[in-house]
Amino acid sequence: MRLKELYALFFIAGFAVGIVSCHRSNEKSVAAEDIPDVVSYNFNIRPILSDKCFKCHGPDANKRKADLRLDLPEGAFAALKDEPSAHAVVPGDPEASELYRRITSVDSDQLMPTPTSHLKRLSAYEVTLIKKWIKQGARYEKHWAFIPPKLPTVPEVDDKAWPKNEIDYFVRFKQEQKGFEPNPEADKERLLKRLSFDLNGLPPDIRLMDKFLADNSPGAYEKVVDELIARPQYGEKMALHWLDIARYADSHGYQDDNYRTQWPWRDWVIHAYNENLPYKDFITWQLAGDQIPGHTQEQLLATGFNRNHKITEEGGVIDEEYRVAYVTDRTNTFGKALLGMTLECAHCHDHKYDPLSQKDYYQIFSFFNSVKEPGIQSTVGGPETYAKRPMMQISNDDVKGLLKFINKQDTGKLIVSVMGDSEVYRKTYILKRGNYDSHGAEVFPATPSAILKFDAKFPRNRLGLANWLFDDQNPLTARVYVNQLWEEFFGRGIVKTLGDFGMQGELPSNPALLDWLAVDFRTHGWNVKRLVKQIVMSATYRQSAVIDPEKLKNDPDNMLVARGPRNRLPAEFIRDMVLSSSGLLNKSIGGPSVNPYQPPGLWESTTSGRGQLASYRQVHGSNLYRRGMYTLIKRTSPPVEMAIFDASNRDQCEVQRLRTNTPLQALEMLNDPTMLESARVLAAKVLQENNSSQEKIAEAFRRIICRKPMAKEMTILNGYYAEQLNTIHPAEAGKLLHVGESPIPGNLDKITLAAMMKVIDTIYNLEEAITKT
Amino acid sequence: MEKEFLEHGLSINRRKFLSRLSLGIGSAALGSLLIPDLFSGLAGESGADFIPGIPNFAPKAKRVIYLFQDGAPSQLESFDYKPKLREMMGQELPASVRGGQILTGMTAQQKSFPLAGSYYDFKQYGRSGAWVSDLFPHIGSIADDICIVKTIYTEAINHDPALTFFQTGAQQGNRPSMGSWVSYGLGSENKNLPAFTVLLSKGKGNGQGVYSKLWSNGFLDSIHQGVLFSSSENPVLYLNDPDGLNRQERRKMLDKLAELNDLSANQFHDPEIATKVQQYEMAYRMQTAVPDIMDVSREPDDIVKLYGPDCLVPGTYAANCLLARKLSENGVRFVQLYHQGWDQHSNLPMEMAGQAKDVDQASAALVTDLKQRGLLDETLVIWGGEFGRTNYSQGKLEKANYGRDHHPRCFSIWMAGGGITPGMVYGETDEFGYNIARDPVHVHDFHATVLNQLGIDHTKLTFKSLGRRYRLTDVAGNVIKGIIS
Repeated sequence: MRLKELYALFFIAGFAVGIVSCHRSNEKSVAAEDIPDVVSYNFNIRPILSDKCFKCHGPDANKRKADLRLDLPEGAFAALKDEPSAHAVVPGDPEASELYRRITSVDSDQLMPTPTSHLKRLSAYEVTLIKKWIKQGARYEKHWAFIPPKLPTVPEVDDKAWPKNEIDYFVRFKQEQKGFEPNPEADKERLLKRLSFDLNGLPPDIRLMDKFLADNSPGAYEKVVDELIARPQYGEKMALHWLDIARYADSHGYQDDNYRTQWPWRDWVIHAYNENLPYKDFITWQLAGDQIPGHTQEQLLATGFNRNHKITEEGGVIDEEYRVAYVTDRTNTFGKALLGMTLECAHCHDHKYDPLSQKDYYQIFSFFNSVKEPGIQSTVGGPETYAKRPMMQISNDDVKGLLKFINKQDTGKLIVSVMGDSEVYRKTYILKRGNYDSHGAEVFPATPSAILKFDAKFPRNRLGLANWLFDDQNPLTARVYVNQLWEEFFGRGIVKTLGDFGMQGELPSNPALLDWLAVDFRTHGWNVKRLVKQIVMSATYRQSAVIDPEKLKNDPDNMLVARGPRNRLPAEFIRDMVLSSSGLLNKSIGGPSVNPYQPPGLWESTTSGRGQLASYRQVHGSNLYRRGMYTLIKRTSPPVEMAIFDASNRDQCEVQRLRTNTPLQALEMLNDPTMLESARVLAAKVLQENNSSQEKIAEAFRRIICRKPMAKEMTILNGYYAEQLNTIHPAEAGKLLHVGESPIPGNLDKITLAAMMKVIDTIYNLEEAITKT
Repeated sequence: MEKEFLEHGLSINRRKFLSRLSLGIGSAALGSLLIPDLFSGLAGESGADFIPGIPNFAPKAKRVIYLFQDGAPSQLESFDYKPKLREMMGQELPASVRGGQILTGMTAQQKSFPLAGSYYDFKQYGRSGAWVSDLFPHIGSIADDICIVKTIYTEAINHDPALTFFQTGAQQGNRPSMGSWVSYGLGSENKNLPAFTVLLSKGKGNGQGVYSKLWSNGFLDSIHQGVLFSSSENPVLYLNDPDGLNRQERRKMLDKLAELNDLSANQFHDPEIATKVQQYEMAYRMQTAVPDIMDVSREPDDIVKLYGPDCLVPGTYAANCLLARKLSENGVRFVQLYHQGWDQHSNLPMEMAGQAKDVDQASAALVTDLKQRGLLDETLVIWGGEFGRTNYSQGKLEKANYGRDHHPRCFSIWMAGGGITPGMVYGETDEFGYNIARDPVHVHDFHATVLNQLGIDHTKLTFKSLGRRYRLTDVAGNVIKGIIS
């Protein structure tokens, strides 16, 4: 039996592997199936060279073999050092090009990449591309992402009826090229659910659903978009992604991991999104609010962004080692979040793939290196350690005045870590191999010339760095942000690798669309709400999420966006959906983070024993039901309810979460007291209404799934309810209801309540409940 | 790299993969075999044997149990016998020996560095004649089954970076843990259990905490994350059904759920829906499998005696050792224990005695137990901390009371089973126990060796994230051939 099983597995797994390997060669079926008439260096050749050649023949001078670099035409066309009569690339003549000879060689001593490099040899398709490219003159181009975007012309499409705004012309144009039809518009219920989660991170309530369903006017959709964007929950929704990027947490991290009060900065982020602060200001304040002449308290608070990193409280550390670690964290975050570059690769050596030298790295580093901070300021202590110098104090007058958006709930002292430079500029050196104590040559504030030279008119400080980011010629800033936003709505960026616009990153699936969005965003005042509205108003966004098997086969990644997004909700919004639909949700915004239910022992079993977060103190009452983004994040033991659903642990800047589907998620949905209590509370709520059991179930279904149930669904749920009414034992019912701290109405029959609770719990566990449809 | 492609095909876009199988709920027969295996990472030979290239060669070990001694136990009171330090008790550490070693902030200001000999005596054990201190008689008694490496060294001198380095191969950052790499490389042998599990315990000594990032999947799919098992009532997070809901009722509910999800799948054709249904089934199976394993009440008396009475006390190191055996025996690839409390900056003789008492018998029992079951050959057991401790006293030196600061240059760990040469002492430190005299073993070398024993070439187990192919061993690491049998 066992053996038989094994054979079956062999067969199936072999089959699976076969499929996967085909899928690899098919992966580009959408993007580059045929050899193009004109081979583009950026879109066809560089991906191959970067993946297979640059490791030894690329920008990293220390790892370069045979003194040959292929990332620059001067290198590729030059006479070979070892064999001066030969050239790696002879434009127009593949056969005379050593590069072509080596990738096609049958002699394993000659073949490139060498077997010892552990790099895979080039496929026939790749070889053909290179041959054609050389034949066509081997024209090099600057990396696409380093060329400033120009506003592309909106393309003409055959299908004139479909597009609703410019986005759709770009999307439809690509689809038509590949012979794809878009999906029809999603039905109103599913569209509203999508919109509500995308704009508020919450399900629509019944009132909104009814209103939207009843509104048959042509402007109905736009009305609801405007309504949702205007709600304060919009700021919360938008902030969540930014909190991941900013590695926001409520503890200092490192081993003792004591509490910190950085939450007023988080309240500011929500406020900034709600006020629709232009992206330019949003970033400039965060990078350099303290350096803006005559800056406000609010602008200073914004700089908390660069102090969200971990800060040690371990007594025995070497001060400089940690101070350097903080500056490093800021530098890496700047690269990943704002430039979409893997700057950190140049921390210890020249970047292996991108034209970023170690010197470039430390030049950016120097902008962040003069903060008036030591590596260790204090060990675990009381409230005076909840922020680290430089810090600002927020008084009760402040929160009545300019900082009204801070949800300060008591009259105690409130401190927040912010930025502030010393009076004396701190010299910066290249750190050899990234070691804090191995100084190399001195460097000065500047930016990588491959991206954009630092204009002499800018001050050489963080404010100047912000000016550089928002210079019209900066090729990355706008593209990176619109791409991050696109991913929020569509589940996949136009550039799939949100944090890597470099040569190893993925190419944009629709470069013209990306550039149009970027330039349009920049030239319209970096207006975030406008961009958001543009996206959700598009026909592209409004498509149904039905997955046509044919489309799935030919465009599994949905690169052509010929269907609407259908993605599992982020961890925090799963919690929000459950609490909101049951009516338990506490809608207050901001304030200190809270500790809702958590399985016992998690903090206790990991702590060093020091600090106020050594043991978990659960809150009670309405604070149990705050939105997921307000659950306290202790870095060494982040909330498991969120971690199971791929939330960031906030250890470092994270631009893109994984989206997994695991058995632990099933266990959480089934057994987390938050879920069970919500099912119980919602059961009690519908049971207290004067209507039929069908209507009760249908209402619960609507609140959770955000649409009316189909007849078949009702049959199953009604049947289950009827059966439960007859089979639940009173003692079991009592136990089942005994979950959570919210009261149980005394007027309800326990068996009825338990039966309804089980039905509703089943609805909560539907795949559709936690999916944007 | 083949492995990498497979992983991308599976986890980064399951949808893409599933689409190739044209798999809807209708073809559940195939699905039930295939999906849990590949997508939960919780299963089978299938995950391992069919991935081209991995194992890269015949593995010696199939599983790992890593008994991490968190806080850094002193090598000088355990496995590195230095009579010289007793002779020179109280004398100054010669500057030539220190050789410019950077000190932590805790002793950098100290005016004097008085050498401190071990308060505890050492004896030789077994045919190998390995020296082991009197604090660890049980481990001494299995000296012929283990290989003591006296010359491991690291680059970090603070707990967080040093622990992170040992567990992920990098001092900073969200890199995958060793266990995650192994799960990624080899999958699990058991359909109902995760490939990588974590067990925590705590001694009374000065502790430094552990961090969930130590068992993080980093950029790998979260199915490779270490799953925390505890010997509490709820051994895995959210495992237990609520009171008042029996197994039949849970089954009934899952059946309704599958029926409803099926309707949605028919409408949307999203393969994720089928995966979701399968994950609920996996969860259901775990609900039975896990408590079975966690139940130690049926262990016979001789086993309880072997591990010591604490093994029946949930949450103790001894109980976790026994659980580790059971999990490993049931096919969990990587069982990671942490025992906290080894950070003896002061009061070392007394604190260390307590810590040693917690772990000595059960650590040895685990090796003996695996051996008597014929499992030691295919199970690699590792015992050790994140760095060593200084040969001089931190704070005031008294014969029976002193402390030791962090020391990265040399310390001792031991390994057993899984093709590691038994009854061996590897490497030698200088007579001061401060520097390595011969056969240094870097953390990367240690990682390379562990992977090697599992049949994995450490340079080939890679994952591409944000443009770079990462390895557990970063860009370094050499297999320690001298300890492989």
